Amino acid sequence: MTGAKPPTKPATERLTEPPKKDPRRKTQQALVPPQGRSRAALAMSASAARSVLTLQICNDCGRVQYPARDACASCLSVDLDWRPVSPDGRLIAETTVRTSTEPYFRERTPWRVGTVSLDAGPTVLAYLHGEVEAAPAAVRVLPYLDRSGNAVLMALPVEGSPAMSEDRQLRELTADPKYRRVLVTDGRNPVGRAVAQALSDAGASIVFVGIAEAWKGFAERDELLAIPKVEIMDLDVTDTTSVEALAGEIGGKTDILINTADHVRAGGVMSRHGVTTARDELEINVLGLMRLAQAFGPTMSFRGADQDNSATAFVNILSCYALANWPTYGGHSISQAAALSAVQCLRAELRSGGIRVISLFTGPVEEPWYQTLPPPKVAPAAVAKAVVEALRQGTEDVAVGDIAKDVLARFAENPKVLERELGQ
Amino acid sequence: MTIRRTGYDGVTLAVPVSVPYVRYSTETAHWWIARALRRLTEDAGIKPGDIDGLCVSSFTLAPDTAVGLTQHLGLSPRWLDHIPMGGASGVVGLRRAARAVQAGDADIVACVAGDTNHVDSFRKMLSSFSRFAQDASYPYGFGGPNTSFALLTARYMQLYGATREDFGKLCVAQRENALSYPHAIMKKPLSLEQYLAARAISDPVHLFDCVMPCAGAEAFLVTRPEIAADLGLRGARVLGAIERHNAFPDDPIQLRGGWAVDRDELWAMAGITAEAVDVVETYDDYPVIVMMQFEDLGLCDKGEAPAFVRANDFTVTGSVAHNTCGGQLSAGQAGAAGGYIGLVEALRQITHRALGAQVPKARRALVSGFGMINYDRGLCSGAAVLEAEEDYSA
Repeated sequence: MTGAKPPTKPATERLTEPPKKDPRRKTQQALVPPQGRSRAALAMSASAARSVLTLQICNDCGRVQYPARDACASCLSVDLDWRPVSPDGRLIAETTVRTSTEPYFRERTPWRVGTVSLDAGPTVLAYLHGEVEAAPAAVRVLPYLDRSGNAVLMALPVEGSPAMSEDRQLRELTADPKYRRVLVTDGRNPVGRAVAQALSDAGASIVFVGIAEAWKGFAERDELLAIPKVEIMDLDVTDTTSVEALAGEIGGKTDILINTADHVRAGGVMSRHGVTTARDELEINVLGLMRLAQAFGPTMSFRGADQDNSATAFVNILSCYALANWPTYGGHSISQAAALSAVQCLRAELRSGGIRVISLFTGPVEEPWYQTLPPPKVAPAAVAKAVVEALRQGTEDVAVGDIAKDVLARFAENPKVLERELGQ
Repeated sequence: MTIRRTGYDGVTLAVPVSVPYVRYSTETAHWWIARALRRLTEDAGIKPGDIDGLCVSSFTLAPDTAVGLTQHLGLSPRWLDHIPMGGASGVVGLRRAARAVQAGDADIVACVAGDTNHVDSFRKMLSSFSRFAQDASYPYGFGGPNTSFALLTARYMQLYGATREDFGKLCVAQRENALSYPHAIMKKPLSLEQYLAARAISDPVHLFDCVMPCAGAEAFLVTRPEIAADLGLRGARVLGAIERHNAFPDDPIQLRGGWAVDRDELWAMAGITAEAVDVVETYDDYPVIVMMQFEDLGLCDKGEAPAFVRANDFTVTGSVAHNTCGGQLSAGQAGAAGGYIGLVEALRQITHRALGAQVPKARRALVSGFGMINYDRGLCSGAAVLEAEEDYSA
């Protein structure tokens, strides 16, 4: 309190495996932090969705400012943009909130916050990671989406320990798979198997892997079963009864759902005969997603604050051509555009339960149905790594691989130009 | 320095009114304001229709403003103002009203601040207090201003060496002052040990550093001295008054307020020094703000308030008679009336109409206001130096 540094570096209290749930105990309902934001402030939520710190910068005089304004506080210009800035700063004051008028925070006190003077200029209020030393201290500040889906800033230590993701306040802003129970919806495709491996490695306590029509031969079954924590479950996303049966069995302990089911075939609209392939794509890629959301979503939403292994994320692996149609795989792009729209709807619907909905955009993956395409293609393991990173960071929109990054950048610049480029 | 603004000649301040506070009220702001105005007319010996100027401050009047209040209360003023400046409302209201009286826009201005406090109204007010608060402080777990002030208290302690004992000394003295003030919400003595042992709210802010939100109202009249004399009212002149908004916007954290910009002009206008005042009424939402006002208003140098606190006695009969009715910390914070309580109490003290202990021989008072934590700091500041029209101590 008088500025004297504590003798030892503050350490993150290690997370322990949550005990089996006591069935007599009331499930703590998910509350969300205050949701109101001005329209200008939503720009920070948009960059937090990509885990990038941006601040408002005046195009006339260059002033960097915060909180979000509608005009520059130096020159009154209304020509303002949000651009990435250095996350470095200095913690100049801190406090620990012990009591709050907001129910969400009342359940979570003590809550550490501080005033950070950013190298970029403004002073910001931020959550403080437990490993940040007493003020004054060097920190880096990153935006995260809180459980209401809006940006909050968090000050992190310049160099965190390997355990830093287990910090109690940070864990509220992420969907770290450690000690969580995960459902990977399709283990038949290479991405599903890679995701199962990565989640097992990331410390998930169970990895349920869905297999459709298990009686059909499945060469990689043993490979899948060799992954620690994996349990194979019957799941056919085209069959409502199958999806509901699985939700009845494990819906109450599915903390993270990763939808890897994908039906990919080449061809567009006129380059195909009939709509049979398109119907299969929609059946799996869109209606399958909707069936999963209807069967698992309500329980996940109800369990958004259920102990340390609360339900936390619904992950969708989408093609980057969801954003603009790529006619070579035009039919698949159609299903992906519809799936993206469904994801956006689901994101809004799951927000009240504090469940984050992650969209992972990928270019063509190294797998049989993209066989004829030249590189670059994305390795299934790269997709899996990106899934784990997005969960650990709480990122909402992720691009994996060079093609997806390129398509997302072009889309942000000019969607119409992207459409013409892909259609050439 | 050159004084660019004209003085407040031909203006008197009279009829201090405090409607006793309650912790929670089922009534509305309209009801509280009406009670204050009714009492104001009774004490002044006038009819409601004689009020030709009205100045209102309230957080809980919505959807009404001062406009709706005129019809609600049957008033027909020829001058009307609504001042949404929280803790600075009293001083700012006085400044506006004084100019209106000087210019002949109104003869009898009723300045009133009042708020209700429903069981959940404090939380609701916090969540929509300002756009910056909504975007950049409320989502950070803030139980209202406690955390903002905790941060600047922490910084102040770090830089200037203030201790909890220093803050405690101010709070304990105010509680002692409150014990003789009949309207105080806090009625039990407070020892330094109790202060130090209280639970933390947002470190280093503890329970007795915080005000108790409540319902209540405060009011006073601003008029011409001849009218006050005709009515037989005791009055006080305004020797000087200042206000400032969003001062020092580039300070990374608030360690000084707008008073520091204008205080030389305040004292030059008043023609006296800080040592010449008998009563000091600061805005005391948190004790660190009291220390900031001691410094910024010239009672001591920047960073010297901890030493100033250690060297003085802040009870009614002490070396610095300060927040003599207990201030908001002990009397309660009735919303915008918190911006009036010090001014109304100062007027009572220098006109020798104290409801509790009277500061002996009090003739001059320094009153200060501070308000509106828009994001991370208070934006509005104001101060006034008052002098009784005559020596009422005899």
